[in-house]
Amino acid sequence: MIDTGNYIAAKAAVMAKPDVVAAYPITPQTTVVEGIANYLEKGEFTGEYICVESEHSAMSACIGASAMGVRTFTATSSHGLLLMHEMLHWAALARLPIVMCNINRVIGPGWNIWADENDSISQRDTGWIQFYCSSNQEIFDTIIQSYKLAENEKVLLPVMINYNAFILSHTSMPVDIPDQREIDEFLPKFKPKWNLDINNPVTFGNIIGPEYYIKVRKAMQDAHKNAKKLIPEIAREWKKKFGRFHGDLLEKYRCDDAEYILLAMGAIAAESKVAVDEMQRKGLKIGLARIRTFRPFPKESILQLSENADLIVIDRNISVGSEGVLFNEVKAALYHKSDARVNGFITGLGGRDVTYKDIESMCRKTVEGKANECEWYGI
Amino acid sequence: MGEIKTAGELNKKYLREGMWPTIFCNGCGNGVVLEYTFWALEELGLDMDKVAFASGIGCSSRLPGYINADGLHTTHGRAIAFATGLKAANPDLTVIIFTGDGDCAGIGGNHFIHAARRNIDMTVIMINNFIYGMTGGQLAPTTPIGGIATTAPYGNIEHPFDLCVVAKALGASYVARWTVSHPYQPIKSIKEGIQKKGFSYIEFLAPCPTAYGRRNKLGDIQRLWEWYDKNTILIEDYERIMKYGDEKEKERAKKMIQIGVFQDVEKPEFFTEYQKLVERLQGNTITKTSSVKSKKMVVKK
Repeated sequence: MIDTGNYIAAKAAVMAKPDVVAAYPITPQTTVVEGIANYLEKGEFTGEYICVESEHSAMSACIGASAMGVRTFTATSSHGLLLMHEMLHWAALARLPIVMCNINRVIGPGWNIWADENDSISQRDTGWIQFYCSSNQEIFDTIIQSYKLAENEKVLLPVMINYNAFILSHTSMPVDIPDQREIDEFLPKFKPKWNLDINNPVTFGNIIGPEYYIKVRKAMQDAHKNAKKLIPEIAREWKKKFGRFHGDLLEKYRCDDAEYILLAMGAIAAESKVAVDEMQRKGLKIGLARIRTFRPFPKESILQLSENADLIVIDRNISVGSEGVLFNEVKAALYHKSDARVNGFITGLGGRDVTYKDIESMCRKTVEGKANECEWYGI
Repeated sequence: MGEIKTAGELNKKYLREGMWPTIFCNGCGNGVVLEYTFWALEELGLDMDKVAFASGIGCSSRLPGYINADGLHTTHGRAIAFATGLKAANPDLTVIIFTGDGDCAGIGGNHFIHAARRNIDMTVIMINNFIYGMTGGQLAPTTPIGGIATTAPYGNIEHPFDLCVVAKALGASYVARWTVSHPYQPIKSIKEGIQKKGFSYIEFLAPCPTAYGRRNKLGDIQRLWEWYDKNTILIEDYERIMKYGDEKEKERAKKMIQIGVFQDVEKPEFFTEYQKLVERLQGNTITKTSSVKSKKMVVKK
């Protein structure tokens, strides 16, 4: 199948057989839910499909449906994700295995619809598991894997699958789509351990005091730790069944003997592979570690990488008043445990194109010792 | 510049030509509504330094960007909330909001309801094209039953919103609906809406050939525009038919969309009442120490 990231996401969502899809349109997410509407028309999607009146309502409807113990899906982008913010916290604290695609797009004002990761980065602390994809095949595979992860009793957390606006969402690529039977074998029907049931009445979301609330938060943190173990297991199971592997928490690319390792996410990370090939051809010992899950954060893997190499981090986001967020987190992972140097670059904001040549020049600047600790590229 | 007689002269005065070309498709109604608004402003002779525009998200919400005046292009559905703040900061301003059906009746419905209920002095110009046009044709809360949208490929089963009826029930001071193919009545309504001290809601039925007309097989642009003439009925005609018409006429009239002035009443306005409250509570004793904010609240006559 050759199709855009959004239509591939729609295909994956339908093949995961969600019972409820609730969504509100926003560029560049719309073709995901339009794709699902098309499958509904063809009779290939048999769940309930609701066009709600806002993203806040979309997430609320998913929360309601998920509390009933059914599989749910939604998709959004940029301001839509920001409008969901309250409900994102709720979904995670209520431990509901909702799966959502977020198409990374700029936040206004200065209205702009191009790629930028500040939308999902600013939802970092909501408790959602966050994946960042670099190809349409990875979008498909990650959506199916995410249900398996989210619905695992040791995890029970919502999952956000992020990919860059237009660069992936509206670009066609060949994608291998397994049979429905194979998907069903990998991802059986969701059997919730806890759900609203008239035969066994319970109330979700009741008032709790400080003595329990802190335990709720601790349980979420433990669930993220469990997810750290499960993500590689699920990825390996997928590889065994379908022959494809996109990495564990991060994907290492030509890291053997590397003196420098580049860390990036999303579309820039895909472009970085070209840059790494080019630089290695010219004799620079530089590899790539593509961050696949930002939450849980692959702290241990990054620390390991830093044992023999200095790190270069590229962020398509900024925590204004501080630095690029990935850069910040990478440094925190190394604190007191590694003396590797870390250089950070902020680039590509507002959809500014970042080519392999740009990535190469950022790396060269670092290798030649001319780069500041954290700097802007392409201003 | 002397008296303006042509659309060209009008555009020169009010349009921000640097923003051209517009994003609008062939056959879109947004530009026409903008033109009607310019005529209304021109006929009222308002000082454009005392007029501010606000809008949300959608094709119609792009309009303030094309106007040579202060404007706030805000987030989806929130234009009226932003505009409330604008009006609070300077009640002397004439505040005009451009919004669409998705923006105003969908995601921003709550703000619309409360601004109308409070009767805040602002003019909401809502361009209703029955669809989410900018994002490519998803089902809107105004899509007629049976209407085809990308997210309703079998036809809409949801009951559409009639915001004129809602605004009237909420007690808005001025409520009217026209189609973009009416050349004179809309200008009059926009003028009346702006002059009204209170919440004014003026709805335009406007074609979206790209995202609605095409998908619903409503024909080429000319036929699509004619659809609005054929499927609308003046409130007065509707009431006359309901009183004196035969069954067949009544059935036909019931299927049509009513246009005209739904409500035109005088009613206390929120910020005027607010100022009276401040004056009553602060009285003569505190006037000297009253805050900058309360001074700003004084409505100049």
